[in-house]
Amino acid sequence: MISIQTADFDSGEEHKALRASGAGTGAIATFTGLVRDSGDTQGVSGLFLEHYPGMTEQVISGLIEEASRRWDVRKVRVIHRVGRLLLQDQIVFVGVCSSHRGDAFAACEFIMDALKTSAPFWKKELSESGEHWVEQKASDVARGKAWDK
Amino acid sequence: MTDQTITVRFFARLREELGTEQLTLPAEGDQSVSDLLATLASRGGSWAQLQGSQPVMIAINQAMAKPGAPVRAGDEVAFFPPVTGG
Repeated sequence: MISIQTADFDSGEEHKALRASGAGTGAIATFTGLVRDSGDTQGVSGLFLEHYPGMTEQVISGLIEEASRRWDVRKVRVIHRVGRLLLQDQIVFVGVCSSHRGDAFAACEFIMDALKTSAPFWKKELSESGEHWVEQKASDVARGKAWDK
Repeated sequence: MTDQTITVRFFARLREELGTEQLTLPAEGDQSVSDLLATLASRGGSWAQLQGSQPVMIAINQAMAKPGAPVRAGDEVAFFPPVTGG
């Protein structure tokens, strides 16, 4: 299931829902991304997150399908927030249920890496010095490409 | 009656710098995304960046596309900077 929302989420509740994915689930890997104080600029006080409604969900849905082809994936949950976020707010949650930890770790990392370079979200950093659209990082592109095969 | 227009959308930095979220343009026959970008860039000013050195990502009907892709009547074409979510 995919949710794009302005509201915060409760990762404990999400984990509980993932645990209910059936008796074959032996592993859950989750990732949570937070707003940190230094990105392209220092003294970041918050973010504004823009997205392309419709395309965002389609892209993430495609990533989940690809993960399900490549690994033993029993259930996936993706939440991405948009709009105005403050320092240390939660931005993104990816949770993957699998039979075994290897597949859970790999699928979770793949979805997160691929989301960063292919899902249409854009971050603007807000700081005392003003606003700044974040530039895509070569290291993120490299991480995304590393999953190609 | 079929739609004889194309919808062009802009996001993030491009949306702000062009001061435009969405345009409706008449559909031209045999037009590619590159042709559309050239037409828009010829408006001058900040529009020139659509053919500048900064990368512009392209989506047609909400799927990533390449500059050579054809644009047809009824299509939704979107231009945006490289994505930075997550």
